[in-house]
Amino acid sequence: MNQRRQILKVAGSGFIAGMLPVSLVRLSHGATPEQDFTFAYISDSHIQHMTGNQFVRNWDRGLIRAVAETNLLEPKPDFVMFGGDLAQLGTKPELDHGAELLAGLNYKNHVVMGEHDYYLDLGEYWSELYGDQYYSFDHKGVHFVVLNSILTYDDWTFDRWESGERRMAEMAGLDNPNGSPFMVGSKQLKWLKKDLSKLKKDTPVVVFSHSPLQKIYKGWNFWTEDAEQVQVILKPFAKVNVIYGHVHQIQYNQIGNIAFTSVMATAWPWPYPESYAQAESHLPVLTVPMNRGDPFDERDATGWQFINMHTGRVDLHFNLYSNENRVVSFNEQKGHPEDTSFADAGHRTTPQSHY
Amino acid sequence: MRAILLVMGLLIISNALADPMLGLPPVPVPADNPQSDAKIALGDRLFNDVRFSATGLVSCATCHAPEKAFTDGPLSVSEGINGLTGTRNAPTVINAAYNRTQFWDGRSPDLEDQALHPFLNPVEMALPNHDVLLAIVRGDANYVKAFKQVFGVKAGDITMIEVTRAIAAFERTKVAGNSPFDRWYFGAEADAMSEAAVRGFDVFLKDGRCVSCHTIEQDHAVFTDHLFHNIGIGINNIQEKVPALARAFLVAKSEGVDVDVAVLSDADTSHLGRLAVTDDLSMVGSFKTSTLRNIAVTPPYMHDGNLKTLREVVEHYNNGGVTNEGDRVNDFISGGIRPLNLTEQQIDDLVAFMEALTSPAFVNANTKAENNMGGSK
Repeated sequence: MNQRRQILKVAGSGFIAGMLPVSLVRLSHGATPEQDFTFAYISDSHIQHMTGNQFVRNWDRGLIRAVAETNLLEPKPDFVMFGGDLAQLGTKPELDHGAELLAGLNYKNHVVMGEHDYYLDLGEYWSELYGDQYYSFDHKGVHFVVLNSILTYDDWTFDRWESGERRMAEMAGLDNPNGSPFMVGSKQLKWLKKDLSKLKKDTPVVVFSHSPLQKIYKGWNFWTEDAEQVQVILKPFAKVNVIYGHVHQIQYNQIGNIAFTSVMATAWPWPYPESYAQAESHLPVLTVPMNRGDPFDERDATGWQFINMHTGRVDLHFNLYSNENRVVSFNEQKGHPEDTSFADAGHRTTPQSHY
Repeated sequence: MRAILLVMGLLIISNALADPMLGLPPVPVPADNPQSDAKIALGDRLFNDVRFSATGLVSCATCHAPEKAFTDGPLSVSEGINGLTGTRNAPTVINAAYNRTQFWDGRSPDLEDQALHPFLNPVEMALPNHDVLLAIVRGDANYVKAFKQVFGVKAGDITMIEVTRAIAAFERTKVAGNSPFDRWYFGAEADAMSEAAVRGFDVFLKDGRCVSCHTIEQDHAVFTDHLFHNIGIGINNIQEKVPALARAFLVAKSEGVDVDVAVLSDADTSHLGRLAVTDDLSMVGSFKTSTLRNIAVTPPYMHDGNLKTLREVVEHYNNGGVTNEGDRVNDFISGGIRPLNLTEQQIDDLVAFMEALTSPAFVNANTKAENNMGGSK
């Protein structure tokens, strides 16, 4: 009866099928409505300065399109996260230009620090634009934490490089023996513990970081060196969700009580194919070329997401260009996130076997 | 006399050798609507019957005229009932049999479904409902006889299923290949295409980036990927209005508005493209890749007929998805569209290539503005 009334109410309020799963999810989970809302997530735009007022067109287009499409969401998301790596080399022109494009959003915007925003000037200009590098906020009964997870050992950061440019370039490299693993660091760990200490243990927690707060692949810094220490601090809470950028692909995992989900980049997919040979692509040099993404379509294998927060868990809806949109949703029965269509082996797309 | 007979004989032989299907794949025919001569003839009659319109003056052929390569060129957007205009450029029926969806935004899955809609659209044929059409068919002795012969149905049992199947069967005969390009590429006739067209084909494959969407296969070419792309047509002019338009349209749709009516009666809504069909935000301003076959005889171009010549089309792409160089690229532009930096020579050559895609049956199609000074209807 109650369910029926809710359906009628939804139908009468101009419910737009296909774009608005939030109300249906609420009905199916029977959750506490005050914890049900949506937010959007855009990440890894890698705005890159060329010369003068010229920026790499491809990366600009990715961010512009994600912002414009996010502005069309119905119902309107409560806020938008930006997941880090706004810039490519952390320069003032890049951060300014990226911030200008991001300012096209018609919503409140929270921002995460990425290594490409940080290692030129150790986040100085970024902080002028966006303020604190780690912080928390509460929204409709959910506690949100933003961490700067791309720090590293002090001697690497402060003592090794003759210039900020060199330091930035070394950290940007893949499979780079001169690189250094990301970490949250003791100062933020202490802050995090204190920040969470005031919360009841059944408060849903969502942590935003740039790097995965788990260890996936060290050579590309799909990695946070002190991930286990972060996980220990998050362990007492019943419902913890970590959402991270950096990897430019869809990943999900469950460690204990913590559900991990990555978000897509607007710039390029990792791994990506060798560049389309007709024009300079400005893609970073990849050490291992892989078959991924359509080299003709610059937006292929990129995307953005809107996130449905319900019963303390997140469902990520991936808006993917030239591809079937995907949903990674927390499966209550199995106790972990999973792709709602492709988790079933029978629904997977088999790899291409000839060219 | 003997020499003349010999020449005529050679002509007959060469015509017999010319395969009108050269360069085309087999026509896909649905299992539940097999082709037959009687069905095709019935479809032809239905296609040309002006009685299926509110004024008794408009038929399918009004906007898909055989002598105009099954378009209504040079009109930008079609004129239907009482001279009312829609919002879309009439796509040719020629080779529509190969389309995996119909209409510019793909809102119909096949020719049978497509044929249902123009009869009722208030700016096309404007019948109040299909019953009006069925009453005419059921009361026409010739139609009754033909439907009985083709479908085995009595007059009272004729429905829109049989009507649209007959029309679709007729449309499936309107396929045409054997263009100079087909003879050159698939028929190995080295001199079938001009040198400019041959160079243009190289641009088509490489610097023009055309073939990624206007696809060709090893043994045939339909010149479409059957997908939907925002190439900066229409949407460029309504950028500031998109959020309000999209919201208003999607709310109206959720409340039951007819998409076919909505997109043909409001030009701004029309420019939302495939979004109107799928509600998918990555489809804002996207339209179906049209075939390039017979493109030179089916101007004007794009979903709103806004570009008058093939050169304007190439220049639009060359500018990276804006008609006037330097204009603002729309926020939702497809990831395949970028500035091409083609030379004037390359642009000319590309146009020459597209002009080599005309099938012999349509080389004299009467669609250019200068040939239609007396009006198009």
